[in-house]
Order: sequence, then structure tokens, then C-alpha cells
Amino acid sequence: MIKFDPIWLTLKLAFGTTLILFIVAVPLANWLSGKRNIFKTVIEAIVSMPLVLPPTVIGFYLLLAFSPANGFGKWLEQWLNLRLVFSFSGLLIASVIYSLPFMVHPIRSGLSSLPPSLKEAAYSLGKTKWQTLLKVLLPNIKPSMLTAIVLSFAHTVGEFGVVLMIGGNMPGKTRTASIAIYDEVETFNYYNANVYAGILLVLSFITLLILYSFNRKTQQQGFY
Amino acid sequence: MIEFSLHKTLHTAEGEMQLNVSAKIESGKFVSLYGASGSGKTSLLRMLAGFMKPENGYIKVNDAVWFDRAKKINTEPQHRKIGFVFQDYALFPNMNVRENISFALKKNESKEIVDELLELSGLSNLANRKIQALSGGQQQRVALARAIVKKPSVLLLDEPLSAVDSGMRAQLQGTLAEMHKRFGLTTILVSHNSDEIVKLSDTVFHLENGKFQQQAAPATFFLNAFTPGTLTGTIVAIEDNGNAVVLIDDRMIRIDPSIKRLKINDKVEIICDPGTVSILDHRDC
Repeated sequence: MIKFDPIWLTLKLAFGTTLILFIVAVPLANWLSGKRNIFKTVIEAIVSMPLVLPPTVIGFYLLLAFSPANGFGKWLEQWLNLRLVFSFSGLLIASVIYSLPFMVHPIRSGLSSLPPSLKEAAYSLGKTKWQTLLKVLLPNIKPSMLTAIVLSFAHTVGEFGVVLMIGGNMPGKTRTASIAIYDEVETFNYYNANVYAGILLVLSFITLLILYSFNRKTQQQGFY
Repeated sequence: MIEFSLHKTLHTAEGEMQLNVSAKIESGKFVSLYGASGSGKTSLLRMLAGFMKPENGYIKVNDAVWFDRAKKINTEPQHRKIGFVFQDYALFPNMNVRENISFALKKNESKEIVDELLELSGLSNLANRKIQALSGGQQQRVALARAIVKKPSVLLLDEPLSAVDSGMRAQLQGTLAEMHKRFGLTTILVSHNSDEIVKLSDTVFHLENGKFQQQAAPATFFLNAFTPGTLTGTIVAIEDNGNAVVLIDDRMIRIDPSIKRLKINDKVEIICDPGTVSILDHRDC
């Protein structure tokens, strides 16, 4: 009998990651899109690291960091009674770090593409930076925001290396669909692998379809 | 009263330039900044608005200090009580006309002024239109109305009429003059266009290479810009009172000729005397 909890877990992880990422990435992207300085360049390079690093490398370092045997992991366990290795929360934090550039980059480039006068106009009308971001800048980069959300979601769904390193393969807890596929193939259970893979395929296709049809619609409306 | 003395090193296409300007502008006046591209007009406007930080100097508006390097005061644009009309209008594409204009108002503030501005700018029947569905001239009106809605201490206009055709330009100049008067604004306009400056402003500041070369009444300033004795033109019209309208290059002036037998198409030479010569608007002819 095939179990669907890897699919639910994957969706839970993907939704959770996307939500946290969006909240974190909007202020970060806004800050990065402003005037350049050395500090920003360094932060930008760090944000982009997951694009070039093998997921296993990120997973490895996070595993070391979260491990109760080491400083940070020990501190978490002692003070917050939180153990992040082989847990869903650990998986969530790792996913957020791993997909960060997929959320930050589209939003950042969307914000940079807006004419600077838009921001200045809002300031001259007495609006704070925060009000300007929420009411003027973000509503005018809807396609970029949707791209960022869809890419982060899809990227999290497809995660494998990081999940395996941090979460392992615990059914119902950290066994996501991509891990389950690998697991089923290992045990020659091709039917189950096929079902999981098929669901991921359809899911990915639908998300991208939504993205492109929305972007086509907004282009016709003549948004930025 | 607006009073400023500002210094900043600007990086222009021709290299570094020192902007060094100071002036006093009385409240309620309409002032134009005139000068070649790259002379520092827009930079000055941006410093007054708080979008650009001067290296030295001060800006005082009425009793408030907006900038003072010595006292380390630099008020944010949000708190300067300015209205700014950008060259590209900078309207918010996610809002319709009414929303753009009322954006500056707080939730509990009366929206009466919005309707008044819509009416004055001839935008009442376009209030619910999206910005993208407006012509250049209409967008310009929205930008102007939006800049005025908070009744600013200073209205700053950065070549707002440069992108519209001449017919529309004349109409918009009318609206601008009316708004300036009606709301008792102090207005600073950056413009390349001598007609516009003469028509709208009380004083023109001629900015060249980062310095004010001259401050004068516009008519005097532009008449003096002609070199006396060297003007050659063609008569394009004779008015009922005997005055002749002469085309000199692309500009027209009206003269009261001592010779009364002049005909249209006659070539004339004119000695320029600010007392008797006045500049006409192009479209009048």
C-alpha cells in the first residue's frame, strides 16, 4: 500500500519554506536593491552561495552547526530545548537557507527595474520607506514576486541533498517525496517511485503554468 | 521665504563641476531655473527636495531649517513639505488617477481637496482610469495635482512640460499658473523654454557651470539675451494699431516701428531696447 505522507510532508515543507522566505526576502531584497556598498556586496555573495554550492556541502555544514555536540546546536538544546538535526524544524531552516537566492534575486531585480523616481515621489508625499515598499514598490513588481514564490516553492519540492543530510529519512517526519522516490528505487519498488515521481511532475507543471499565465496577463495590462 | 546656500561637487559628462549657489526666494513667488543641460538645475532641485545631500551649506524654508551642514541637520524628504513633479511624472501604475492624487492624504484627512484638484485639472471624468490609459498631457496633470494635494511649502517642477507637444504645453502652462495662484504656492520650475519662463515666472535664475550668473525678471533677461544692433528678422504680421510682429530665428517679438510703411515679409534690422520690445507667445501668430 502506497503512503502519501511523503507528498504531504513535501507540500508542508514547500509552503512553510516559501512563506518564511517571502517574509525574510522582501526586506532583504529591498535593502540590497538600494545604494551599493562593500557590506552589501558581501551579503549578496553569501545569499547567492546556494546557487553554486552542492546541496550536500550546505547540508554538511548545517548538520555540523545543528549538531548538539557542537557550540550552536548545544546552545539551542540547552537554552531553547530545540534539536534541529533529524527534525522537521531543522529541515525548514535548512530549506530556507538553501532556497534563499531563488526568492531574493527575482524580487531584488524587480525592485531595481523600477524607476527611482517612483520611490522618491512616495517620499515627497510624506510616505515612510516601509509604506513606500508595501504600497508602491511591491504592487508594481507582482510578476517578479510571483516568479520568486513559484521558484522557491518548486526548488523546495525538488530538494534532495540538503534534506538527506539534515533530516535523514524518517517516515512522516523528514522523508519528503524526493527522498521517498530514491528509497523506493533502492528497494526495487518501481511502482511507488513512479507514483511519487508522477505527482511531483504534475505539481511542477501546474505551478509553472500558473506562473506563466499570470505573467502573460500582467504583461497585457502593461504593468512594469 | 526660502533661503539657501549650497555647495556640492557634481560628476557630469564633462567631468567634475562645483555647484555653488545661494538665493532668497519670497513666499508666493514663481521662480524659474534656466540654463544649459548639465549646469546643475536638476541637482539643485533634488537637493532642495532632500533626494540629494549637499556637501555644505543650508536650506531654510520659512522658520524651518531643512538642511544645515554645520548643525548636522538634514530633514528627510518625507518631512520637508514639498511637492515634486518629476520629468517622467513617476505616477504609480498600480493606482488609478484618484488613488494617485489621494495617496498622500492620511486616512482621516478630508478628501475634498482631491475632488477640487480633479476638477481644476479637468480630470474629473478620468478619475477612475488607470494611469496607463492616459495621454502624456493627462499624466502630467495628475502628477501636478498629486504634488499639490498636501499644499506644500515649495512646489518643485523638474522640466514637467518637456515631453508634451506645444499645444498641450500651452494648456498645461495655464493650469500650472492657475494652481500656483489659487493655492498660494511658492514654485521653482526647471525649464529650457524661454516662452514658458516668461509666461509663468516672476524671476529667472540663470544657472551656468554650477553658479547663478544672473537673477532677473524673465522679460528683461531674455530681451537682454539678444545682442543689441545685430538682430535681423522678417515681418510676419502687422497689427491694427500699426505694431509689427517680427520673426527672429525661432522667436517672435512685437515692435512699434518708426517707419510706418512696413509690409509682411519685409526684412528688418532692430536695435533692441527692453523698454519698447516685448516677447510674444509663439502660438499667438
